[in-house]
Amino acid sequence: MATITDNAAPARHSHRDEFVAFVIMAAALVAVPFTGIYPYFVMQALCFALLACAFNLLIGYGGLLSFGHAMFLGTAGYCTAHALKVWGLPPELGILVGVAAATALAVITGLVAIRRQGIYFAMITLALSQLLYFIYLQAPFTHGEDGIQGVPQGRMFGFLKLSDQTTLYYTILVVFLLAFLLIFRIINSPFGEVLKSIRENEPRAISLGYKTDQYKLVAYILSGGLAGLAGAMKIFVAQNASLTDVHWSMSGEVVLMTLVGGLGTIFGPVVGAFVIIAMQQYLAQFGQWVTVIQGGIFVICVLTFRRGVIGELAHYFKRSL
Amino acid sequence: MKKLITALVLGGAVCFAGGGTASAQDKTVKIGVLNDQSGLYADIGGPGSVLAAQMAVEDTGFKAKGWTIDVIAGDHQNKPDVGANIARQWFDVDKVDIIVDVPNSGVGLAVNNVVKEKNGVYINSGAATSDLTNAQCSPNTVHWTYDTYALAHTTGGALVKAGGDTWFFLTADYAFGAALERDTTAVVTAAGGKVVGGVKHPINTSDFSSFLLQAQASKAKVIGLANAGGDTSNSIKQAAEFGIVAGGQKLAALLLFITDVNALGLNVAQGLNFTETFYWDLNEGTRAFAKRFQERMRNKAMPTMDQAGVYAGVLHYLKVLDAMGGNPHDGAKVVAAMKATPTDDPLFGKGEIRGDGRKMHPAYLFEVKKPSESKGPWDYYKLIATVPADQAFTPLADSKCPLLKK
Amino acid sequence: MQALYAQLLVGLINGSFYALLSLGLAVIFGMLNIINFAHGALYMMGAFVAYFLLEYAGIGYWWALLLAPLAVGAFGMILERTMLQWLSGLDHLYGLLLTFGMALVIQGLFQNYFGSSGLPYAIPDQLRGGVNLGFMFLPIYRGWVVIFSLVICLLTWYLIERTRLGAYLRAATENPTLVRAFGINVPRMITLTYGLGVGLAALAGVLSAPINQVRPLMGADLIIVVFAVVVIGGMGSIMGSIITGFALGIVEGLTKYFYPEASNTVVFVLMVLVLLVKPTGLTGRAN
Repeated sequence: MATITDNAAPARHSHRDEFVAFVIMAAALVAVPFTGIYPYFVMQALCFALLACAFNLLIGYGGLLSFGHAMFLGTAGYCTAHALKVWGLPPELGILVGVAAATALAVITGLVAIRRQGIYFAMITLALSQLLYFIYLQAPFTHGEDGIQGVPQGRMFGFLKLSDQTTLYYTILVVFLLAFLLIFRIINSPFGEVLKSIRENEPRAISLGYKTDQYKLVAYILSGGLAGLAGAMKIFVAQNASLTDVHWSMSGEVVLMTLVGGLGTIFGPVVGAFVIIAMQQYLAQFGQWVTVIQGGIFVICVLTFRRGVIGELAHYFKRSL
Repeated sequence: MKKLITALVLGGAVCFAGGGTASAQDKTVKIGVLNDQSGLYADIGGPGSVLAAQMAVEDTGFKAKGWTIDVIAGDHQNKPDVGANIARQWFDVDKVDIIVDVPNSGVGLAVNNVVKEKNGVYINSGAATSDLTNAQCSPNTVHWTYDTYALAHTTGGALVKAGGDTWFFLTADYAFGAALERDTTAVVTAAGGKVVGGVKHPINTSDFSSFLLQAQASKAKVIGLANAGGDTSNSIKQAAEFGIVAGGQKLAALLLFITDVNALGLNVAQGLNFTETFYWDLNEGTRAFAKRFQERMRNKAMPTMDQAGVYAGVLHYLKVLDAMGGNPHDGAKVVAAMKATPTDDPLFGKGEIRGDGRKMHPAYLFEVKKPSESKGPWDYYKLIATVPADQAFTPLADSKCPLLKK
Repeated sequence: MQALYAQLLVGLINGSFYALLSLGLAVIFGMLNIINFAHGALYMMGAFVAYFLLEYAGIGYWWALLLAPLAVGAFGMILERTMLQWLSGLDHLYGLLLTFGMALVIQGLFQNYFGSSGLPYAIPDQLRGGVNLGFMFLPIYRGWVVIFSLVICLLTWYLIERTRLGAYLRAATENPTLVRAFGINVPRMITLTYGLGVGLAALAGVLSAPINQVRPLMGADLIIVVFAVVVIGGMGSIMGSIITGFALGIVEGLTKYFYPEASNTVVFVLMVLVLLVKPTGLTGRAN
């Protein structure tokens, strides 16, 4: 698995570059409502960016390819939507319910999946997410393919009116930036360093006395919980929860986002998510050609710039991004 | 019940009269056709629905009267969140006035919420769920072509009358299948029939043989297919293989479109019963439209009832706008006026839109012809029964639509 | 009890499709180390080629059984030459993503030209009708599918595990440099192997054309199940995937009888269980 991220390894590691890039990204995102770019598009993209970042935490730094991340997105989405609509909870508690559910799911599935490696890890996560899909299809509270519709947005902390477009935008942006910083912190913590060493050479990490399975499990749970956060936030944007969020093709989409942006890069997943969501949004007018264009882009991506957009940039400038 | 309708029509008419003069100047309209352009339902709606909407715009001849009417299209990929986002963006950025078609119940309901929030107009033609005019009805929504209630009642009622009094269901395991099975069961038992069994299959199943064997063993006279799309086609094709129709059992597809019959071929589809609200070969009006439509369709297909609904819906919408003297850009007001104005178009004939947003027209039970009876390509159906609108659709008394309780 | 026999037999029929498809996937994975996501799309192409042959050239089912796999196999070899070969030596993930993209393109193009509801294809005259086995009505065509695919599976297994050519192939994946040193054209062998795997998928497509609707998306959902079969059988194991294919068909048949709603999910339950007990699948070798 190591070959995936080898080529992204920076020639010179500097936190200053990353800090500058973060400030540019944050400033650009803060300015969005003043630019005429459609905020709902950016909000949707931010949710997926968070999902991709969470996924990247697992593969880019833990070397574990999960093909079932949709299960966290969907679980948190359903739980948040149900909490808001049926229980009438305020948004902050609704998000909490969603994230807690996704984290709990990560603990259970993690214990099963984490002992497998490489392609078998991917396959077992795929299988688990398919089981979840079946459960959600059968469970009455999800309303099958009709989904949970018309979820109220409510008031965050009692005063932030989320049905207002600008308020919603900045709320989502703040959550995204905080989660992004958390991921950044995790990657650069001693925990993150151990994780990277496991990715590079697991037997050696074991021989150094690290209980690698525990590290991987914690990374998996963190990734699942953060993916859950993305799913919970997405409910406020789309105002519905549906089976598409738990379908395996969603898991595939996350992989693609991360790959397009650059596996194992910090900003790659964000760029990848924006590219893919923009494609979905702006190619919609091409009607039947959408799938062909999408497929073509993936083929070109894999054949010509495998490091992803950010990975290629970082490689060219010999920086870590 | 009649009284209620009259009251609503009158109520609508007052709205209409009050609002008609307010903004007479603006004569621009933007129509968004939102459907599945590339997936499972692309043949049923897809590019054909866009063509139908364009034809409706041309047929009004309003461009000559100073109207500017644009038609744009979007692909919701059968994802409710994508559909809701496109709809929201259309209203916010592209200033779309009306969204039409939207097959797939999940997406259809999601868009229903957005249109209501943005006070646009929503003419749904492609989605099956009767919730659109029932529990989740909206003052901005018209549900034009068909719904699960109509499908179940027409097919179920007529077949029991014809002697098919024992039923076995092959149901797709999701909300749409369950609704169809529930409604049909109610009709069958009410008419004195009996449901002897059923099996729920997962959606997108490619092999139906084991379910068909169970259906065969049940000895039911009618096997009801409460599924859609590829699932229905495959179950019909394999039923022929297992000699089910040849063995004397009848197949009733609860939702089938003419493009599906075309794809199956008459050899396999013959003898099949199902309900539609439109068929190209019903009368002069439908034939004339279908001929023009087919000439312009890339794959030379005949219009489906979904596409016909888009045409008729857009036509009615534009006529009402013209009568109002301009586009007030106020969805609820326009829909109220649409409800107040009786509908009349060459495809569905004379009809009306009820207070809950339900477009009322007769439903037809068809049987697929034998290959020897067919006179040529697309000559597929025999009309078996016509069910009048008030019997085909949910009675207002049974509706949970909050709009009716005013 | 009679119903149960019937379900077992029906399961076996389905199993033959799984076996053919997963066999192709296993051959490709074993030799090229590529998880061929385009397998479903190529299976669909097989069915479409059979349809074209009948519609435009008047060539019937029997010739289609031979010609369609050859045509699609050749197409697969072009794909391998122009694209897949650039990925050798890279992580599995890239192969998976590339073939996923190819699948989207192929399916999208077919959908553009032939719509989504599909095209009819009739059962050949010689195989029409059925026999009453007492416990069920067996269409002759289904019986033919089981026997034919079993023969093909065993032939493929023999070709790879028991012939000299197969030995070269296996050696070439273990150590390409060494095999090349013996004067064997390794890249060409890999291309041929991909063609073989793809041809098997196309063959399954032709077999299924008379039973299933010939639709652009007919392989899209099947592919995930077939993946599961390959994983359960052990990635790259030829016999493993054949046996698992048939066995899974039977398990699925039983599920369709006892808990039909779960019949598409049962394969994933099995996969989780198998991977928990045997990390590399039932017959897989530890890597």
